[in-house]
Amino acid sequence: MERSKSRTKKLVKIGQQAVVFGAAVTVSLLLSMILVGYLDLDPISALSDIISGSFGNKNAIGETIVKMTPILLTGLSFTVAYQCGLTNLGMEGQLYMGALASTAVGSFLPGLPFAIHLPLAIFAGFLGGAFWGLIAGFLKVKSGASEIITTVMMNEIAINFVGFMVAGPMGEPTGLRTQTPAIMDTSRLPKILAGTRAHFGFLIALLCVVLIWQFFKRTKKGFEIRIAGHNSRAARYAGINLQKNILLVMAIAGGLAGLSGASEILGIQHMMLPIISPGYGFNGVAVSMIGMNTPIGNVFGALLFGALRAGGNRMQMKTRVPLQIVEIMQGLVIVTVVASNIVLDKWNEHKLKRLSVEDAKMKEGVA
Amino acid sequence: MFGILSIGGYLASIFRMATPILYASLGLLLLNNAGLRLIGCEGVMLMGSLVAVVGSYSFGNVWIGLLFAMVAGAVMGLIYAALTVSLRANQTVIGVAYNLLSGGLTAFLSRIIFRGTQTPKIDTFTPLKIPFVSKIPIVGEAFFTHQLLVYIAFAIVPVVSYFLYRTPTGLNLRSTGENPEAADTLGVDVYKIRYSATMVGCMLMAIGGAFLSTGLLRFFTEDMVAGRGFIAVAAVVFGKYRPRGTLLATLIFSAGSVVAHIFQAFGSTLSAGISYNLPVMIPYLLTIIVLTFTGKTNPPSALGEPYKKG
Repeated sequence: MERSKSRTKKLVKIGQQAVVFGAAVTVSLLLSMILVGYLDLDPISALSDIISGSFGNKNAIGETIVKMTPILLTGLSFTVAYQCGLTNLGMEGQLYMGALASTAVGSFLPGLPFAIHLPLAIFAGFLGGAFWGLIAGFLKVKSGASEIITTVMMNEIAINFVGFMVAGPMGEPTGLRTQTPAIMDTSRLPKILAGTRAHFGFLIALLCVVLIWQFFKRTKKGFEIRIAGHNSRAARYAGINLQKNILLVMAIAGGLAGLSGASEILGIQHMMLPIISPGYGFNGVAVSMIGMNTPIGNVFGALLFGALRAGGNRMQMKTRVPLQIVEIMQGLVIVTVVASNIVLDKWNEHKLKRLSVEDAKMKEGVA
Repeated sequence: MFGILSIGGYLASIFRMATPILYASLGLLLLNNAGLRLIGCEGVMLMGSLVAVVGSYSFGNVWIGLLFAMVAGAVMGLIYAALTVSLRANQTVIGVAYNLLSGGLTAFLSRIIFRGTQTPKIDTFTPLKIPFVSKIPIVGEAFFTHQLLVYIAFAIVPVVSYFLYRTPTGLNLRSTGENPEAADTLGVDVYKIRYSATMVGCMLMAIGGAFLSTGLLRFFTEDMVAGRGFIAVAAVVFGKYRPRGTLLATLIFSAGSVVAHIFQAFGSTLSAGISYNLPVMIPYLLTIIVLTFTGKTNPPSALGEPYKKG
């Protein structure tokens, strides 16, 4: 009885959230289409370009998958840190370091069979990102430096470090353009949808979602981390080692963002370039917010923004609407979701108060 | 490589390059000391750059452009405060949204207003050579040949310092950053102070952005702030959340970027990566190293935490 009641409550809450998110996304979409109108372009055809470019045919669906893969992983990275009460803004840098590590394994380790080379390259990507995340975790533990600040700085360091490596030590020997040699065939992620660019990295990302979901739901460590995220004082009182958790969480979060870079290199680019991400890192924040900072929720966030990116590309080509519209929409979605969530909370609080007042009155009446 | 005469020129360009970052980091300093974070500094600066050009273009006067930028900054600050102070939204997340929004919106607006990717020629800030002293070799060129906004930026540092540590309002401001509950009990209006700090702070950031497009350059291009907002964030941490430390950090950082430019100018003999990427990392590497080896940076205790009144 009690159980089914709490389940209904949960469902109501999810329903409320869904309405709020739907409204927030719609409002953001409308506002940005008004902007398109000011450019003297046709908002209706822009909108239809977005839809046909993201779900219109097999190729469009493939592109949506391609675009949602990296942001699903960076979103998940943000979520993991968020569950522990940490704010990882370093997904971009971790992505670059993961990509660099994957490239190193993919390009410079010849003679390995596919079954060893590819997993090794993927794992290298995870390690590259984890290492970068761990630095911020270490600084937090050692000197109390806020990870919000350090991760942002580590982004800039990573991007420039990659630029340096690609132009110099890891650059193509013939060196006309700044890029590394292509990775070997044995380290490339296979395609999952014939005739499109959609690749195996998507399945890796989905696997990560399931693993992280189960990690938080079923394992003792995952529970500890969530407790620490909710109330660090209580966690410390319960004998949870916060510092160890911070290091672990930053390593996992960094590793996930690193995988995002790995999947871009091994699945799409096949070589390291000075710039490989159009802001997938910070997109992760929006993705995670849409997903209510839960692992499963990230899939929806990534689907939304992946579709917007894929459709946005088509829109830019056909209607000549600048791709920056995607950034505007992401910013608007974050603000509207956050604001409406707060309003929703206040409303629920208000309702709760009123109910308890009515409850008290009824009891009085009985007495 | 460069003659004795150009040393003054290099020094001068250090001060010029430092100016936008100095404005932004002083603005950030006010916010931080009132207990608020703003990752969106980059976005506020970018908006300032665009709006200043729009104002200068529409009225043919760069000062009106600056005024436009200040108003835009104040409005962005007001919205930020409404979301993070009154509604107690997550400051970091809203900050990220600010960066995303400004990046997209400025690109869009500049196309709507100027119908092209590059803005037309506009009225800009011109150097103000101070008579007599600007003639002194090296020193004259380094210190006395700048635009008015450069002098003002450096003059504001002691003002901010005096305000934060010597005036009652400044002390109240810092107390809301250290312990808002206690401040509230003592009758300090925490919300009012946080609102004002955010608005004035964002105004300063927007001035920094405005100087970028109407002082250092004479046009707006997409994403022209190029990480300076993040450098400002680093400068405040490096400067241990104090005005003088922040000034020092800003100067060290821009000396780094001037060195980077010198490298670039003589880059033909050096590999492309070394000439560009490594010097750009200097501010961030320095800050990370300082954090690693000097331990605590003494941020305000309540930094980034929302406060519920009453």
